[in-house]
Amino acid sequence: MAEHALVTEGLTKAFGGFTAVRGVDFAVRRHAIHALIGPNGAGKTTFFNLLTKVHTPTGGRILYEGTDITHESAAAIARRGIVRSFQISATFPHMSVRDNVRVALQRRLGTQYAFWRSIRSLSVLDDEAMALLSDVGLADSAEANAADLSYGRKRTLEIATTLALDPPLLLLDEPTQGMAIDDVDRIKRLIRRIAVGRTILMVEHNMSVVADLCDTITVLQRGEILAQGSYDAVSADPGVKAAYLGGGHA
Amino acid sequence: MSNTFKIVLVLVGLALVVPFVPGLIYPVFVMKVMCYGLFACAFNLLLGFTGLVSFAHAAFLGSAGYVTGALMIRFGNHPLGMPAAFAAGVAAAALVGLAIGGLAIRRRGIYFAMITLALSQIVYFLAVQFRWTGGEDGLQGIPRGSLFGLDLSSDTVMYYVTLALFAAGFLFVDRVVHSPFGQILQAVRDNEARATSLGYDTDRFKRLAFVISAAVAGYAGAMKALVFQLVSLNDVSLHTSTEVVLMTLLGGVGTIFGPLLGAGLVVGLQNYLATIGDLVTVVIGLIFIVCVSFFRRGIVGEFLHLRRRRAERHKRRPVRNATRDPAPAAEAA
Ligand SMILES: Nc1ncnc2c1ncn2[C@@H]1O[C@H](COP(=O)(O)OP(=O)(O)OP(=O)(O)O)[C@@H](O)[C@H]1O
Ligand SMILES: [Mg+2]
Repeated sequence: MAEHALVTEGLTKAFGGFTAVRGVDFAVRRHAIHALIGPNGAGKTTFFNLLTKVHTPTGGRILYEGTDITHESAAAIARRGIVRSFQISATFPHMSVRDNVRVALQRRLGTQYAFWRSIRSLSVLDDEAMALLSDVGLADSAEANAADLSYGRKRTLEIATTLALDPPLLLLDEPTQGMAIDDVDRIKRLIRRIAVGRTILMVEHNMSVVADLCDTITVLQRGEILAQGSYDAVSADPGVKAAYLGGGHA
Repeated sequence: MSNTFKIVLVLVGLALVVPFVPGLIYPVFVMKVMCYGLFACAFNLLLGFTGLVSFAHAAFLGSAGYVTGALMIRFGNHPLGMPAAFAAGVAAAALVGLAIGGLAIRRRGIYFAMITLALSQIVYFLAVQFRWTGGEDGLQGIPRGSLFGLDLSSDTVMYYVTLALFAAGFLFVDRVVHSPFGQILQAVRDNEARATSLGYDTDRFKRLAFVISAAVAGYAGAMKALVFQLVSLNDVSLHTSTEVVLMTLLGGVGTIFGPLLGAGLVVGLQNYLATIGDLVTVVIGLIFIVCVSFFRRGIVGEFLHLRRRRAERHKRRPVRNATRDPAPAAEAA
């Protein structure tokens, strides 16, 4: 096995005349927690969208475990085990919290096209869904509609749903954005716990979260890599300081 | 036994006695409600449970009607004529659905709806042009044939056969909604990008839902052709495609029984207000405006919503910052 779980070579995305991601050569070590940071509009979400095929790259390659996945469909990439969360929370609002998780577990049964079968055939997944919900502290809301959860709990549910697929590579887009401080601490502990045996790439603005969790940091600015390395190395980088002061970021 | 099954049993029980109380309610009226009710349920499978707006449903209703009718006119005397013609009608609707859905599914939202509309107009055009569809005249005097030796030319026999076909079709739609497949459809409706990111090929799910919905609409169309023994251009017209939207919204989109109730109301108004002629459409239009202005969830939808709110008030929930849901809530399973 190669040392890196994910590699991009010259990854580029142009929207019309505007290039949001420009020739990014990037690699994530297996089982690392890798942070992607940068000022607003740097192209972080776009980079995630390229990795998960929400957008099609206009140039470059994406390699996952040594396989070129640049031309695979979004669903096929997810089935390979690259699963993401979204910057704006993504749940199934009119389904119960438990059913949100069950939808992810369901793929394993291979009955997703079985329109003639009873929904009761899915109850074999209930225990596992509840276990995942207890794991993230949502068991008490299992029967509530996802739409009725608080913002922080919606994001937690999103992580539980993502974990249901047991993905080897997790892409988290600002998992703590907009959260109260105790929620942030809970998510931080959760990420540290689930990182065992997985690779995590996360976009994060909260530098205390980055400092505590991440072994490697990549700084993106105007679609290009500005700096890369450990937290200390990156925060000492004069270019990064300038970008963040210029970008008006704390 | 699920609640749905119990309610269907009660409805079927009520419908069983209709032929014994002449003058109260006409069996022909009940059969019409069953045909349009099932048609609306098929439409609702897409709009309510998959989140797709189709303006092509008359094309499915009508093409099945034409195929079943034309085959009955030729082979109606054969002992297996009726089941074969019925099945052929359903299959034809499914194929038309595969063609229209397959082309439209690549587009989203209003573009999807417009493509279904344009393609259904082609079906209308073909129905005018073909000879076997009878052109402007449509198909008339379609024989009903027989089923398992039962002569369907008797209105009473036809009534009970229609009731059995309806119950089977309705329970089938309910099963699709409450199936592993139906769960993924609801996920696609709620958040397609998220469903994709969990590894589901959402286009394949939407395409299959479209074909199933078209087949059920065709099933209703084949029933209707046999019940009324005629198929006309109205069955493939845009008017019929919009009427089914109205029935579904009126009764409650995304609910199991709403479309049936909506169909009952619209068909009832058309029947009992027939004396005022074209004004019926104005009356129905006004009711529709009142409905979407004040009861956005439709009749059954509002009822379920009220019931849920009441239940919530009784049981305090461990959630904070409850947000109002913007879209009509799906019926609880
Ligand atoms: N679909 C799109 N079409 C055109 N431009 C886009 C599109 N998506 C993103 N962009 C542009 O690409 C640039 C990068 O956006 P992106 O969302 O990737 O930034 P980000 O680093 O995630 O920022 P933030 O920290 O605010 O989330 C922005 O200038 C944005 O306007
Ligand atoms: Mg972003």
